[in-house]
Amino acid sequence: MTIPAPLDKNELAAMIARDIPAGSYVNLGIGQPTLVADHLKPEAEVVLHTENGMLGMGAAAVGDEVDQDLINAGKIPVTELAGASYFHHADSFAMMRGGHLDVCVLGAFQVSRCGDLANWHTGAPDAIPAVGGAMDLAIGAKNVFVMMSLFTKDGTAKLVPECTYPLTGLGCVSRIYTHHAIFDIDAAAGAVRVRETFGISMSELRSRVTVELA
Amino acid sequence: MSRTTICKSAAEAVAGIEDGATVLVGGFGMAGMPIRLIDALIDQGATDLTIVSNNAGNGDTGLAALLAAGRVKKVICSFPRQTDSYVFDGLYRDGKVALEVVPQGNLAERMRAAGAGIGAFFCPTGVGTPLAEGKELRTIDGRDYVLEFPIRGDVALIGAHIGDRAGNLVYRKTARNFGPVMATAAALTVAEVSRVVDIGDIDPEVVVTPGIFVDRIFEVTR
Repeated sequence: MTIPAPLDKNELAAMIARDIPAGSYVNLGIGQPTLVADHLKPEAEVVLHTENGMLGMGAAAVGDEVDQDLINAGKIPVTELAGASYFHHADSFAMMRGGHLDVCVLGAFQVSRCGDLANWHTGAPDAIPAVGGAMDLAIGAKNVFVMMSLFTKDGTAKLVPECTYPLTGLGCVSRIYTHHAIFDIDAAAGAVRVRETFGISMSELRSRVTVELA
Repeated sequence: MSRTTICKSAAEAVAGIEDGATVLVGGFGMAGMPIRLIDALIDQGATDLTIVSNNAGNGDTGLAALLAAGRVKKVICSFPRQTDSYVFDGLYRDGKVALEVVPQGNLAERMRAAGAGIGAFFCPTGVGTPLAEGKELRTIDGRDYVLEFPIRGDVALIGAHIGDRAGNLVYRKTARNFGPVMATAAALTVAEVSRVVDIGDIDPEVVVTPGIFVDRIFEVTR
């Protein structure tokens, strides 16, 4: 399949949804990763986990559905699907840290060729640090997918030899989905393989990303 | 006679909280936040408090109001920065409140450990990150772990849905969040509930927090 242009955010979310196996237990991070939910097919019966204590989370609540006791990790009112369950925070994080979640999708500032993730803190001196569940998800889910733009606004690649931002987790990312390409990471080998490209040639990709790409 | 006290007022529910106390405050954002108890704590006047909660206040109510009243010396939380955390943000930038950021799973597990009599635990979260700096590391079966210590509260203020006179609690949807864990981790646990029912009115199979963990209950009248 040749796609001549970079993906937009919805096409990117659809690509990620396509790669989530039916029946998976999945946590979608705050922000763009939540878009993935819109592209999951109901018949796939993917179960969404939200770290504030729910499995079987449904779509955002509208109108009369809004209930302030039923929110997602981004504190947005959501709905519950048939078969949903509620649990307290220690159980919720046992699901992550105990390796029970199949996939999580997280945003990132940077990912290294060894799968190191930086997504919680820019390190700016005036920034107020806030980590939430990011570190627990990073080390806990069986597969950590990153959804991000490949380049910053000034064109610098966010797939890097080594992260310069403060780390969230070591060697945890297995795949990166970007608008320009999808990458598989072999964390142990520090090797990055390009799965697909969108509107960018391999030679341009190699010239703009300072990591060796197979 | 139940050891759990059904309090007639929010003031009675927070009576005796001392200056310098560590107070565990339930809620994730506003869901499960015991607003009436926090308001009562502001009126009660205890100060120099260490607050343990997931967030550091939203808008101008609840924790944000307690912070604005100048009663908090330190916040231990996972995610202080939100779109409406301006009260905390201002105090933090002015150096008026200390902050310990804890990964959310560690926050829950450290309180669970306190409640369960666990002395410390090794945890994979945070290995190789700034939040593990200075902490003991151990490799177990080839994986690296960080040593984490319990967080105990002098008091826990939590929100629940229904409580009975024996102190048994049930929660509602995602407002459960930290409530059951915090209830176990404090010397004095106070629950704000929507309704108090008689002993026997909650099916024992659905009790989430058994009454042994609950010292005081305050029913919010609408």
